[in-house]
Amino acid sequence: MHETDMTKALILTVKDWYESQLEKPKIEKIHLIVGQFTCVEPVSLQFAFEVQTRNTFLAEVELVIKDIPLVAFCHTCQQEYKPEIGLQYSCPDCNSPMEDIRSGRELKIDRIEYSSVNTYENVSL
Amino acid sequence: MHQTFDAALELNLLHANQEGANHNREHFDKWGISCFNIMSSPGAGKTVLLEKTLAALQDKLSMAVIEGDMTTELDADRLRQYNVPVIPINTGRSCHLDSKMVAGGIHTLEHEYNPQEIDLVLVENVGNLVCPAEFEVGEHAKVALLSITEGEDKPLKYPVMFQEADCLLITKTDLAPYLDIDLDRIAQNVRQMNPNVTIISVSAKTGDGLEVWFNWIQNQVSTLTLCH
Ligand SMILES: Nc1nc2c(ncn2[C@@H]2O[C@H](COP(=O)(O)OP(=O)(O)OP(=O)(O)O)[C@@H](O)[C@H]2O)c(=O)[nH]1
Ligand SMILES: [Mg+2]
Ligand SMILES: [Zn+2]
Ligand SMILES: [Zn+2]
Repeated sequence: MHETDMTKALILTVKDWYESQLEKPKIEKIHLIVGQFTCVEPVSLQFAFEVQTRNTFLAEVELVIKDIPLVAFCHTCQQEYKPEIGLQYSCPDCNSPMEDIRSGRELKIDRIEYSSVNTYENVSL
Repeated sequence: MHQTFDAALELNLLHANQEGANHNREHFDKWGISCFNIMSSPGAGKTVLLEKTLAALQDKLSMAVIEGDMTTELDADRLRQYNVPVIPINTGRSCHLDSKMVAGGIHTLEHEYNPQEIDLVLVENVGNLVCPAEFEVGEHAKVALLSITEGEDKPLKYPVMFQEADCLLITKTDLAPYLDIDLDRIAQNVRQMNPNVTIISVSAKTGDGLEVWFNWIQNQVSTLTLCH
């Protein structure tokens, strides 16, 4: 459900980028980075993206999602560890709480792959 | 074969929402308003807590509510009897509030009320344990509720909201005698991922712990007012 809203946010962001381009490119792929410590489920995101982009300037564009695991850094042990989502977040060696998340919170559009100028002039969303 | 190019955006997916949230916060700051975003699963007790809070603090603080629970107007109606501005937001079928919806509420606040005179805006988010935490609305603090009927493991299963919360209210403690629940375990589970969170156990029914919550609010508001 919330993936629908995430997708709206994604489309708006890409649309902003698209409109800032002088020559409207043809977008081919959108690369996303999605951390595991977010509320986003990649499969639902794919589905929502496909549905919401039908008949828009993003129709047929491929969404490539890279999953990033949750990695935390324990300052007591001076080492990284991978918390087990749903089970345990504190350090498995010393039990210190998870304070320093090094990765897993990402929700990013990494890059857009595009080719030469698009023939459509209008962005319809 | 045609040539493809790459545009490195490295842009947060929630960029637009984040900008909107920052904009909302600027409005609040300009008026000297503190804003709390109140989140929980459906039925954890947000509206009842707001009712108690409005009743107890109305002589001390000038408050307003932005009510995101719009499946019905029931929650907003319950709150209106406390004579504070209650601004319902039409969330449609959305499972969380976003900064744009709250901007609509701020607009109403600006045009129909006197925001300069308000100290505190309480935002009741849509009942949902998953995504409201991901969408900032311009709040200065996040308050999460977890009712003891939900089980000790919920913070572990739905960590994002609990990890982000500035204050966690463990609610409905009056029901503890009927349940097999360990309140300390709830606190431990949350502290595993959020060691600095303020945890307050309350019962809106008996009033137990509410005084601590009211003090927390007043402390936050005075600290923020000093910063403005
Ligand atoms: N026993 C007991 N029941 C409570 C307490 N607080 C709330 N409730 C009950 O829990 C139910 C839900 O409370 P609400 O305040 O409507 O919960 P909410 O979080 O606003 O719900 P939504 O807005 O629908 O997500 C109501 O029947 C309340 O009477 C409490 O401290 N003790
Ligand atoms: Mg409610
Ligand atoms: Zn949502
Ligand atoms: Zn450690």
